[in-house]
Amino acid sequence: MTDRAVAEAVAAAGADGYARIVAALIRVTGDWTLAEDSAQEALASALERWPADGVPANPGGWLMTVARNRAIDVLRRASVERRKLRQVAMLAEPASGDEPEAEDEVVDDRLRLIFTCCHPALAIEARVALTLRTVVGVPTGEIARAFLVSEATMTRRLTRAKTKIAQARIPYRVPTGPALTERLPGVLGVLYLLFTRGYDADGEPAFADEAVRLAGLLERLMPAQPEVSGLLALFLFQHSRRDARRDAEGNLLTLDRQDRCRWDGAAIAAGRAALGRAHGDGPYVLQARIAAAHATAESSADTDWSAIADCYDRLVRVQPTPVVALNRAVAHGFADGPTAGLRLLAEARAGGGLADYPLAVAAEAELIARGGDPDRAADLFRQAAALVRSEPERRALNARADELDTGG
Amino acid sequence: MKYMMFVCTDIEPETDESRVPDIHAWVADTDARGQRVEGSVLASPAAATTVRVRGGELLVSDGPFAETKEVIVGFDILECADLDEAIAVARAHPMAWTGRLELRPFADLDDGPRD
Repeated sequence: MTDRAVAEAVAAAGADGYARIVAALIRVTGDWTLAEDSAQEALASALERWPADGVPANPGGWLMTVARNRAIDVLRRASVERRKLRQVAMLAEPASGDEPEAEDEVVDDRLRLIFTCCHPALAIEARVALTLRTVVGVPTGEIARAFLVSEATMTRRLTRAKTKIAQARIPYRVPTGPALTERLPGVLGVLYLLFTRGYDADGEPAFADEAVRLAGLLERLMPAQPEVSGLLALFLFQHSRRDARRDAEGNLLTLDRQDRCRWDGAAIAAGRAALGRAHGDGPYVLQARIAAAHATAESSADTDWSAIADCYDRLVRVQPTPVVALNRAVAHGFADGPTAGLRLLAEARAGGGLADYPLAVAAEAELIARGGDPDRAADLFRQAAALVRSEPERRALNARADELDTGG
Repeated sequence: MKYMMFVCTDIEPETDESRVPDIHAWVADTDARGQRVEGSVLASPAAATTVRVRGGELLVSDGPFAETKEVIVGFDILECADLDEAIAVARAHPMAWTGRLELRPFADLDDGPRD
């Protein structure tokens, strides 16, 4: 067997099994670091042994057994305390070898892990980092690079979060009843941040893939929650445009300038299927419907802007943020004309939440351009360009201003 | 698992006071469930005295540790299975609405400090 085939087999088993192993070991030992280290070492020994021994029939079970044995070894060596010995006994009990545990127990373990990583008593940066580290298995150094901090800082952040989980006794449990309704939006919010971190102009693209994968896992684990299906659909629609978002020079392209042939049809189909499983007027379902209207339009001109404007009218009620109000103004600008858009934009700005927000300036520029005042619009696009932080976005806005100057 | 619940004032309290729970009901409820070990309202920070010993010398001064807009006005020691239970107890306390509560776990000295 080639090294590459083995590496792929290990990666596949890890993608499927990492969270299960970590989750199961945390449940029994309560020791997050031990669980992660054991899972990592199991993956490392697979890379070492599978080339000679071949890939086992049940790769996930093999990894689980190796990780569990490694955890038992560590605990035995450290087990002067009675409690640690009890953990060893609990770990050693399911000694039936590679038999996978009952499916719902495995499912519960991974859900427990996600809900604990996303507990509101942890700082939001820590929730995102801990989810990446523990549920997805991203190395600390990679997380640090993506969040523009040193590896030492990220290690401290993760350690602090794990210490808080232990000291404050954050439970390793999926909440039920009304508590689940309260906690689920927080979990979805972490996945959304993760996705955005992958989708941002200067972000880490692999995180978007991971967010899609996690949303898919969460939907399989919680099929009765429409907002989970809505979030998955939203991710899939946005993700379908990942290859069309930039031109050959790496400049960002707005929706109307993207080559729709380069949109990922399979992702759009999966998004529509996920949206079909969702219902209601929750914020992610509404955002997914908006994304669906864009993703399924034959061309920019065919976009059903009145359907999008209707979704924003409802979204602004459940999520009355300045950015939603801004997007609502843009949608009505397309559906009902620039005058209607500018009126809603003025309303959105009245709260003061959009002061110096570059996309609000760019939206005004676009509405004014379509209202027939290219000079004023070009000025505004340059103002917006001066306000943005990312270089690709700045280039895109300046390019739009130049186009208006030359009568484009 | 024991938690110290510091009861503090807040500069931005809930404005709709009709929904604020009743403190007597909270005390009766948490006592009945064995979730409240001890607790009391404290006198105003104006009555506080700070004590230090430096170089063997006793230094006594008027006032609390720190002059802040939010002040600790009471405390409860909770006995709960985990943080979620403690949060559920705290959210039913009227000062969660008209002030703010801080839940601080008692340190587990058997575990030793963790890095």
